[in-house]
Amino acid sequence: MTELLQHIVNTLILGSTYALLGIGLTLIFGIMRVVNFAHGELYSFGAYALYFVGVMLGLNFFLALIVAVVLGCFAGALIEVVLLRPMRGADIDTTMLVMIGAMIVMQNGEQFVWGGVAKSVSTPFPELPLVIGSISVSWLRLFVFCAALALIGVSYLLINRTKLGKAMRATFQDRDAASLMGVNIQFIYMATFAIGSSLAAAAGALLGPVYVISPQMGNLASLKAFAIVILGGLGSIGGATIGGFLLALAEELGAGYVSSGYRDAMGFLIIIVVLLFRPTGLFARAERIG
Amino acid sequence: MKRAHGLITGAALAAAMSTALATGAAAQTIKIGVNEPLTGPFAASGTYVVNGAKIAADEINAKGGLLGRKIELVIEDNKSNPTEAAAVAEKLITGDKVPVIMGAWGSSLTLAVMPKLMEYKVPMVVETSSSSKITTSGNSYIFRISPPSSVEATEFKSIMPSLGIKKADFLVINNDWGRGSAEDFGKIMKAQNIQVGLVEIMDQAAQDMSAQLAKIKATDSDTIMVTTAVEQLTLVLKQAAALGITKRIVTTGGSQNPDQLIEQAGAAANGSMHLTTFAPWYPDKTPDPAATKYFLGEWKKRGYAIAGATESFRGYDGIRTIANAIQRAGKAEPAAITDALWTTDFAGLNGQIKFQKQGPAGKESGQSMPNLYLIKIENEKIVLSGS
Repeated sequence: MTELLQHIVNTLILGSTYALLGIGLTLIFGIMRVVNFAHGELYSFGAYALYFVGVMLGLNFFLALIVAVVLGCFAGALIEVVLLRPMRGADIDTTMLVMIGAMIVMQNGEQFVWGGVAKSVSTPFPELPLVIGSISVSWLRLFVFCAALALIGVSYLLINRTKLGKAMRATFQDRDAASLMGVNIQFIYMATFAIGSSLAAAAGALLGPVYVISPQMGNLASLKAFAIVILGGLGSIGGATIGGFLLALAEELGAGYVSSGYRDAMGFLIIIVVLLFRPTGLFARAERIG
Repeated sequence: MKRAHGLITGAALAAAMSTALATGAAAQTIKIGVNEPLTGPFAASGTYVVNGAKIAADEINAKGGLLGRKIELVIEDNKSNPTEAAAVAEKLITGDKVPVIMGAWGSSLTLAVMPKLMEYKVPMVVETSSSSKITTSGNSYIFRISPPSSVEATEFKSIMPSLGIKKADFLVINNDWGRGSAEDFGKIMKAQNIQVGLVEIMDQAAQDMSAQLAKIKATDSDTIMVTTAVEQLTLVLKQAAALGITKRIVTTGGSQNPDQLIEQAGAAANGSMHLTTFAPWYPDKTPDPAATKYFLGEWKKRGYAIAGATESFRGYDGIRTIANAIQRAGKAEPAAITDALWTTDFAGLNGQIKFQKQGPAGKESGQSMPNLYLIKIENEKIVLSGS
C-alpha cells in the first residue's frame, strides 16, 4: 500500500512535466502541423539557459527560471522566422526535414559549447525530503509539480480564453478566412511556435536541477512528447495533459509491478493499445481543418 | 614586380617543403588507437580516460618516446554506442593503421569491438570494462587491466563481513556490465548466506529511477548494491535521498568518481560506499606512490577536476601498458605487441600489471588483477573503509 502511494506521488510529479512537454508540442505539431523534431532540443535549451543564467551568471534561481523560459520563447520565435517562414506552404515532409536538421545542429551546438560532461544546478530547496507518513517527496520536485500545474493552467487559459488564443485557433482552422478577418497571420505563426517552445524550455529548466543537464537530454524528451501528443489526440490541450499523466502512470506502475527493464517500453505499449481502439487519440476532436 | 613574384614562389616552395618535412616526421610516429565514449551517456568518463591517456603519452614523449620515435594517440569518439565502437575500431585499424588500441570503456562497447580485433589480429588493452564475458569468450587479442565484476566480487568477499549485510537488493544499469555485476555479486553473497532480494534494472539513458527506488524502499533489505556510471549514480543517490531511503548503498564498477558525486549530489552522497580500484586520496597506499603523485600532480597542473582522477588513471595506465609492450617488442607491429603484452610486469597505479590467462584453452585473453578499496563518503569527505 505504501509502495503504491509512493508510486502515485511519483506519477503526479513526473506526469506534470510530461504534460508540459506534451502541451508545447501539441500547439506546434497538433495545431500548426509542424513535425517538430527540435522540441526536445528546446527542452535542453531551457535547461542550459537555466545553467548559464543561474549558475554561471549567479542569478537567483527563481529569476533564472523565468529568464530561461523567456529565452526559450525567443529561441522559438527565431526558429519560426528563420527556418519555418520560408517554408510556409511547403508540405509537411519538407518542414519535418528542416526540423530534423535544426535538431542535429542544436544538439551538436550544445555539445560544442558545453562539452559532453553533464552539468548540475543546485537549488535553494532543502535537501531533506518532505515526509508525510511513509511517503516522501523532495521539496524541489514538489515545486516543479506546482510550477508545471500553474503553467498548464496558464496555457489552457491562453488558448481558450484570450483573443490571441482565438486568433490562433482561427488561423490554423482556416488561414485565409482568418486573414480576411484581419488576423495578422505571420505574427500568429510566430507566437504559436514561440509559446510551444517556451513550454518545452520551461520543462527543461524545471527538470534540469532535478536530473542532470546533458546535450542528449532532449532525445528521450522529444520521443515522449510525441507519444503524449498522439496519445492525447492532436491539438488537444486537455488531451496532452491527461496523456502526460497517463504515460507517467504507465511507466511508474510498469516499472514498479511488472519489470523495470521495460520501463520505457510500458508507456509505448499503452499507446499502441490506445491507438488500436481510438486511432485519433483519446481526446481528438473531429477534424475541422481544411 | 618580377622580383616580388620570384620571392613569393620561393616562399611557397619553402612552405611546401616544410610541410613535406612535417608530414615525413609525422609518418615516423608510433600510432596508438584510442576508442572511447566522448559523447553520449558515458561522455564524462570517456573524456577523463582520454585525458589520462594524454598525460601518459606526453610523459613518454618528453622522455624521448619509444624506439627513438614519438608516440601519437589517434583518439576517436565511439559515442557510447556499440555500433559506433565497432566502426571506430575498423577505422583505426584500416584507416589509421594503428598496431594496437586502447578502449572501449563500457562492456557493451568493448564486446562490440572484439570481433574486429580477431578479424584484423590487432591487440586491445581494455582499461575500464568489467563484464566477465570479455576475457572468457576466447579472444586472444584482449588484455584487460580493469577488474571484471567476478574479481571485484571475490575481493569484496573479504570486506563484506565488516558491513554485516543480511539482505541486499540490486539496482543495475541495463547492459552487460550491470547485469554481469548483479550476477557475480549475487553469487558471492548467496555463498555467504546473504539473501539476494530484488534485481532492478535501469535503462542506460534513464534519468528517473524513482519507480525502481520506491519498490526497493518497500523491501526488508538493508543494503542496495548499485552498478552504473557517475552520471546516473548521481541521480540514483539524489532520488534515493528524496524518497527517504536509509538503506546502505554500496556501488561497484569503479566509475563512480566519488569527488564528482560529492559535488553534484551533495548531502545525498553521505553514507554511500564505493568499491574502487584506485585511491588517489591516499597516494601512499597505492602500489607506486611516486607514479601516483606524478600523475595527480600532472592532472592538477592541466587544470582538470580532481573528480576525474579515479577514472582517468585507467587511461594513464592503459597507455603505459601499451608503451611498455612496444618498447620490449622492439617494433610497432600488432603480432609483436601481442606477444610482448603477455610478458608485461610493472607497477601500475592500482596494482601490478601482469596478465594471467583466462578463457578457453588455446585462445586465452589476458587479465591483470588490480587492488580493490572500499571507500565511504562521510560529511562530504572520502574515508578509506576497507581494502
